[in-house]
Amino acid sequence: MALNPEFVGRIYPPSTPYLVGREKVREFADAIGDSNPAYHDVDAARALGHADLVAPPTFAIVMSMKASHAVILDPELGLDYSRVVHGEQSFTYVRPIVAGDELVVTTSIENIRTMAGNDMITTRGDIATVDGTPVASTVSLIISRAPEDAS
Amino acid sequence: MTAVIAWSDVEVGTELPTQSFGVQRVDLVKYAGASGDFNVIHWNERVATAVGLPNVIAHGMFTMAEAIRVVTDWAGDPGAVVQYGVRFTRPVVVPDNDHGATIEVAAKVSAKNDDGTVTVAITASSEGSTVLGKASAVVRLA
Repeated sequence: MALNPEFVGRIYPPSTPYLVGREKVREFADAIGDSNPAYHDVDAARALGHADLVAPPTFAIVMSMKASHAVILDPELGLDYSRVVHGEQSFTYVRPIVAGDELVVTTSIENIRTMAGNDMITTRGDIATVDGTPVASTVSLIISRAPEDAS
Repeated sequence: MTAVIAWSDVEVGTELPTQSFGVQRVDLVKYAGASGDFNVIHWNERVATAVGLPNVIAHGMFTMAEAIRVVTDWAGDPGAVVQYGVRFTRPVVVPDNDHGATIEVAAKVSAKNDDGTVTVAITASSEGSTVLGKASAVVRLA
């Protein structure tokens, strides 16, 4: 099913603030099996020059995916979520995310296209402090695979 | 931010220590909980095979998180990573047995940039197949 092309260029209101907690950073690091002291030990993180525990480089997906789900699950977009796979992902950091950050995500739709029956949507998440200072951005390509009988 | 590796000590072609990461079903359950990504194909074999997958597959974001560890362990400060991007080329299939799957990661410096950063090209494979494409990171060195 083709996606609604009118969604390209849409910019959504900022998400509700996401407060990065120390235990969430530790939980995420544990889930990826990473014992890096900068993720677990506040003194170790501060010794590296950070204000608090550092979040792993892919941690931003937690808040960006939460923000973009409201968008890609919009029935008017027409995405079949049961056939969704992740195509590409990138992160760009102005500075690392650290525990104690209170961040908002502004999601926008950069591109929509169909290739060989696969629906592809590129979303961008701009992450900033609640004061509006940019921290990071994420770009995600989500693919809804064509049903086998449609090829 | 204080990477332990100095920009001046690195050359294009410098290889980072390779690492391999095991992944079992329980790791995917933990990652689902920590990340909030509860897509059923990452923990339910019945649903995964019904949508045409060979078995339960790891979250692409789990693989992406493991692959960058080769870079963060090398640089000495995970906050030194200023950019990181990948393409998910093949899924990491995680069978329901005592071994699960293994993700092998290698990386080398592909460019030295004038702003004190280096670009690192990353390769990741599982069961002999490449699972990430165009994987690279930009890291600010000391």
